[in-house]
Amino acid sequence: MTTDDTILRVEGLAKSFGTTEVLKEVSFTVRKGETKVFIGPSGTGKSTLLRCINQLIVPDAGRVYLHGEEVTHAGARINHYRAKIGMVFQNFNLFDHLTAIRNVEIALLKVKGMKEDEAREKALFELRRVGMEDRADHYPAQLSGGQAQRVSIARALAMDPDVMLFDEPTSALDPELTGEVLEVIRGLARAGMTMLIVTHEMRFALSIADELLFMEHGTILERGAPGDLATSPTFERTRQFTGRFADL
Amino acid sequence: MDLAALLIDWLPFLATGVLLTLGLVIAALGVGFIIGLPAAIGQVYGSRQVRAVINIYVWFFRGLPLLVLLFLFYFGIFPLLGLGGVSPFLVGAFVLGLHGGAYQAEIFRGALLSIGEGQMTAARSLGMSRTQAIRHVILPQALLIALPGWSNEYPTVLTDTSVCYAIGVTELLTRASVIVSTEYIAMPIYLVCAGIYLVLNYVGIKGLHMLEKRVSVPGFESGSD
Repeated sequence: MTTDDTILRVEGLAKSFGTTEVLKEVSFTVRKGETKVFIGPSGTGKSTLLRCINQLIVPDAGRVYLHGEEVTHAGARINHYRAKIGMVFQNFNLFDHLTAIRNVEIALLKVKGMKEDEAREKALFELRRVGMEDRADHYPAQLSGGQAQRVSIARALAMDPDVMLFDEPTSALDPELTGEVLEVIRGLARAGMTMLIVTHEMRFALSIADELLFMEHGTILERGAPGDLATSPTFERTRQFTGRFADL
Repeated sequence: MDLAALLIDWLPFLATGVLLTLGLVIAALGVGFIIGLPAAIGQVYGSRQVRAVINIYVWFFRGLPLLVLLFLFYFGIFPLLGLGGVSPFLVGAFVLGLHGGAYQAEIFRGALLSIGEGQMTAARSLGMSRTQAIRHVILPQALLIALPGWSNEYPTVLTDTSVCYAIGVTELLTRASVIVSTEYIAMPIYLVCAGIYLVLNYVGIKGLHMLEKRVSVPGFESGSD
């Protein structure tokens, strides 16, 4: 399972909030260029899992390794690892006081220590990649949800991350705006980006995933190639969940 | 009538009073900002001990009438520290600054708390330290949000300066009273004094509104949510 092209290794992650066990011993490895998609009902720990990977939520137990280096218990080095783990949020979380391009630049300047013109060039490149170059000087309040999410993807990409985490990237968008965001993510998959995606967009999940992981009650109930999981799931529960979408 | 001539005679005397009043305003807003902003950051992001100290400071300076604070410092604390020779103006500026800082801390604290959790989360996810996130992401937004409330401190502080009369700061009101007791005419002089306060108030508020317009960012316009 662990080969040379393993980028991320997650071992036995567990997290409870009070008496609620949100994650129970979740483990998996991610190879370079792989796209893993996490599906499952709301409140089954998918978002918590992503946040435990970059330690935005500190797990109670378990370990995360990026390129074999332990991210958990990293102390102050955590900032170094987070810079290599891109994250895209459900609510975009663009910095509201900065224009689109400044949003993309700021971590290049403050975290990577780039020079102004170097950062500007890189930011423009990333905005072009998500088709937002012409909105570079717009503030978040002046962008549609789909545009804002594309800028937030550019902001994460600008750091040249080893892996990208997508936490329900289209859940806050109107149906007609989800397409443009999903198209950008598809482009990243084609370009060989390593990605973990939490989504409720079943058709998108089936089409983009190298591996589909069905989560329920804080565990990975079932995992496999998307075709297998959708057509011949082992568990009745998975069938119920994916079946609902197959009917659509 | 010779009121005009009388006023012209006293004009330099009153003008100096205006300057001292403005000096107190600037001290109150400036010292208040220098104390209030870090105090607010400490209240929101500090350790429990830091928060406790700041809470005591805010409680003390908001809990006492300004006049009581002035008496306490001018007749009590400064002499006790061997600083009895410090001018009333400096004591007044000091007290107004600490007093204003406590109020400004509350303004900035509210602004800091109004910023969504997601901003900090996003900043940290990019590899910023907590300090970097506060400095480059949270604080600029908090200042934009706080500006209208902060501007509101100006008229409050301007009118507060007149209380320094009680410890003998020769600001506008003190000088107006000197003229009254010298010339034995009260009403016209106090009306002039009131007019000067109103003009200073108007000009300052206009200036602050211009500043608000100048730094406004889409999504942070005052009055918008």
